[in-house]
Amino acid sequence: MAYPDTLKYTKDHEWIDLSGDNGKVGITDYAQQQLGDVVYVELPEVGAKLKQGQSFGTIESVKAVSELYSPVTGEVVEVNGALKDKPEAVNKDPHASWMVVIKLTNPSEKSGLLDAAQYEALTK
Amino acid sequence: MRSDFEQFQSRHIGPDRDERDAMLKVVGASSLGALIDEAVPARIRLKKPLDLPDGESEYHFLRELRETASRNQIFRSFIGLGYSDCITPSVILRNVLENPGWYTPYTPYQAEIAQGRLESLLNFQTMVRDLTGMEVANASLLDEATAAAEAMTMLARVHGKKVDGIGGAPQFLVSDSCFAQTLDLLHSRAEPLGIEIVLMPNELLDSVEFGERVFGALVQTPDNGGRVLDLRAFIARAKNAGVLVAVGSDLLALTLLTPPGEIGADIVYGNSQRFGVPLGYGGPHAAFFATLEKHVRQAPGRIIGVSVDSQGNTAYRMALQTREQHIRREKATSNICTAQALLANIAGLYAVYHGPQGLKRIATRVHAYARLLTRELARLGFRQLNDVYFDTPRFEVPGGVQAVGQIVKAAQELRINLGYRMDNTIHVALDETVDESDILALLQVFAAGAAVKTVAFDRSTDTLAPAFPSGLARTSPFLLHPVFNTHHSETQMMRYIRGLERKDIGLDTSMIPLGSCTMKLNAASEMLPITWPGFGKLHPFAPVDQAQGYQQIFREIEKTLCEITGFAAASLQPNSGAQGEYAGLLVIRAYLKDRGQSSRNIVLIPSSAHGTNPASAVMAGMHVVIVASTSEGNIDVADLKAKAVEHRDRLAALMVTYPSTHGVFEESIQDICAIIHEHGGQVYMDGANMNAQVGLTSPATIGADVCHINLHKTFSIPHGGGGPGMGPIGVAKHLAPYLPGHPIIKTGGDHAIPAISAAPWGSSSILLISYAYMKMLGGDGMTDATRYAILNANYLKSRLEPYFPVLYTRENGRVAHEMIFDLRPLKQVSGIDETDVAKRLMDYGFHAPTVSFPVAGTIMVEPTESEAKDELDRFCEAMIAIRGEIQSVIDGKADPKDNVLKNAPHTAGMVTSDDWSHAYSREQAAFPLPFVRASKHWPSVGRIDNPYGDRNLMCACPPVAEYA
Repeated sequence: MAYPDTLKYTKDHEWIDLSGDNGKVGITDYAQQQLGDVVYVELPEVGAKLKQGQSFGTIESVKAVSELYSPVTGEVVEVNGALKDKPEAVNKDPHASWMVVIKLTNPSEKSGLLDAAQYEALTK
Repeated sequence: MRSDFEQFQSRHIGPDRDERDAMLKVVGASSLGALIDEAVPARIRLKKPLDLPDGESEYHFLRELRETASRNQIFRSFIGLGYSDCITPSVILRNVLENPGWYTPYTPYQAEIAQGRLESLLNFQTMVRDLTGMEVANASLLDEATAAAEAMTMLARVHGKKVDGIGGAPQFLVSDSCFAQTLDLLHSRAEPLGIEIVLMPNELLDSVEFGERVFGALVQTPDNGGRVLDLRAFIARAKNAGVLVAVGSDLLALTLLTPPGEIGADIVYGNSQRFGVPLGYGGPHAAFFATLEKHVRQAPGRIIGVSVDSQGNTAYRMALQTREQHIRREKATSNICTAQALLANIAGLYAVYHGPQGLKRIATRVHAYARLLTRELARLGFRQLNDVYFDTPRFEVPGGVQAVGQIVKAAQELRINLGYRMDNTIHVALDETVDESDILALLQVFAAGAAVKTVAFDRSTDTLAPAFPSGLARTSPFLLHPVFNTHHSETQMMRYIRGLERKDIGLDTSMIPLGSCTMKLNAASEMLPITWPGFGKLHPFAPVDQAQGYQQIFREIEKTLCEITGFAAASLQPNSGAQGEYAGLLVIRAYLKDRGQSSRNIVLIPSSAHGTNPASAVMAGMHVVIVASTSEGNIDVADLKAKAVEHRDRLAALMVTYPSTHGVFEESIQDICAIIHEHGGQVYMDGANMNAQVGLTSPATIGADVCHINLHKTFSIPHGGGGPGMGPIGVAKHLAPYLPGHPIIKTGGDHAIPAISAAPWGSSSILLISYAYMKMLGGDGMTDATRYAILNANYLKSRLEPYFPVLYTRENGRVAHEMIFDLRPLKQVSGIDETDVAKRLMDYGFHAPTVSFPVAGTIMVEPTESEAKDELDRFCEAMIAIRGEIQSVIDGKADPKDNVLKNAPHTAGMVTSDDWSHAYSREQAAFPLPFVRASKHWPSVGRIDNPYGDRNLMCACPPVAEYA
């Protein structure tokens, strides 16, 4: 699967879809492949304040559990409740299965994120 | 002169001399001694043989043991306190508890060949859920007090925020009328985690203040004196304050009383022992644990769930395993991996056999006798003090201390134990076995301390129907599922049990080559004594002078374990290996604290360690630092040294498994231990692989200070399909004063840490199994068992190495008692993975080896000494044939997706279906080798869909339509 150029990435295998000062966050195709069949996604409450690199939840497959790390500092303004009932969406369409929307409080962090080519190189 | 009876050793050890010699030829060793010299480094070998007696024949041993059993005095127990005498239905005793088909299987990780006991455990969960009025129950915990401690830590996790502490330690409110053993364990568990226990008197429950640091509360009803509490107001107020509530309770009482789940409890826990499991001087028994669906991911222990198989049929499996330590390690919900499966199965089957009406009848009868006793004792002048009770009335003794003394004396003469209390009151806990003769005896005993000496006994029970206050009386139905309303005749029950058993693979079917699990013989002579009344009917809190038989056995076991480990003292209290780890770390912690070194709280743990190690360390309030492994699989000594130096002021301990989890005797172990000692730390040895040490080397020799010993691995306690287990610890002299104590019966050293288990000697009755193993094999026999375990492992290695690469060996190519086969290279070229191989072995009639532990993508094989050469050869033939099947995929002769491996296991339904569309034949699917035909074990379901089960969690018996 190709890594869309419209997204930014982190070395922890999250992607973020930036739009103004908001960013939708999910995990990459590489991450879902490593995890295998996702069975549960635990997400924070709306209003949670996050620092860059801080854990905002966990994702479980049948054989592993991983922390989800925030690509940016900010506040959770939306949570994708649909993943609770359909966690397998993360496997089927990882780059469309967003988990939270974060309102950035430190937009300068944007410049430190990876682009698609940089991220893809990291997974090789 | 040694007896001329057959020696047990030749029955326990599989290979005879001829087989041994043939196997030595294959491995290329000139003698068994030469092979051992190559497998075990010379510098750690014991200098002399174990100083233990010769083995006794089975006949002699059992004859002597009857003598020992007769030194236990079986008093009629009215002590209660979480343990009640009961009647094990004979159909369950014979077909489950005494049946290797039920007691020898392993934890049901390979669900397709474990559907019988998975169904039975699901019955247990459904029963617990119904009786407690909760939404979901787990498949049991080690004991009631442990369940209470797990409830506390789970509520802390659920509550989350407050545990971080708002202006001080988080607080947990606990009713002071819980069982003493529960209180002790709560204290023991809370302290290292920084939780403050605040005791609250029962009388003040309804006015207790919930301060802002309080995250949870724990209460018990009926309480330790038998009083039934009305918790409605308390729980409602707690909920308003955002405080979570756990309630300890009694399953039989809950057939008549409002279940805590109906009044808002977050957790309900207790002991299911009185559902048909013998007292056994403390265990093993299955604790139950139920909670709400919204909390289930925080729940400890195993949970059985429902999923579907490859054919779309209902199938059972262990759900939510990501909560367990092998995945989460130091972030696990709990360190406990052993459940009490065998005992949970007995309790669940007891409910199946009696059904809801039967259980209610039993409870009503016990309650009626309690009321009869109360009425008649009132006529002798004894006032009953519990405003509401189920089976345990509590009596004031008007004559004070002196009258109590007279009652004690009279009770002793009639061989009766009563619940004597600090305040000179007496509680009398009745149970299922009660009859009129008990009541008469009790009247006689109490009369000794009464002013009125005799009254005419009025045996009428007409007015004694249950009459609990409204709100406390249960109105809701329970156990409505057909499984609890069908098998009520013995014929039906026998067939139901047999039908379940037939689906599972135990050691009565074929070898179970699970690496790290040590599935050796559980000999019939070792098992027989556990159901003898002389051992089974003792209450754990009976005065010690009534248990002289048991006490003698405990002393002998401790002495033997000390000789084998090289240590100075042992504690038989921990109920599992993980609990032993936890106990050992608390002992180290107490020792360091006494030396003014409380700041030492870092534990080094190799990356290859079992997941329980980091989980136990965290529970003991320690911080985990991981030590790297080398590419040869050994501990990276340079990294270890660097970390020991870095943390020298805070180093508490190293946790190390020996031989390593990679199945190798590491050369550098003594240097490793020396480095830790040099930097002020203690060495904890995980005894999971003790069976490769006995008689050849020892924990003390390699430099350890404390170790646990999995009696269910090395010393022949069966795995029971997922428990029981026992994990005693041995310690060096300087740690002996800290061995665990007990609040009711004195155990442990002068500076004992609080109790680790509910009962003083853990699961006493199964200690008899290890005792038998020790006595019948003797020092030489146990040492030979080690030698043959190493021979069998190296034989498998030699035969299978040409087909599957072995991941780690000593430099000379020898392995210890187990080995890891690396399947990753084959997966790369064929797409066939470790799971496919594991499932395909079922078609050959074998249980899989350990899958993906300690290295992902591998299988770990441990044959044990008990398997003879012919069974080892069958296993090798199966593995070699599977290698051929993989080759067909590699060569393009078999379809990469539709082949015998990916479609495994094959059920009878699949291969006899009119619809067969696969490129391979039915015969190839079901009878791939001639020996399989001779005794085919059919997997009862196809491959189970694991993700489906975790995504669609269902943890109780499914509606009947789904069985179609």
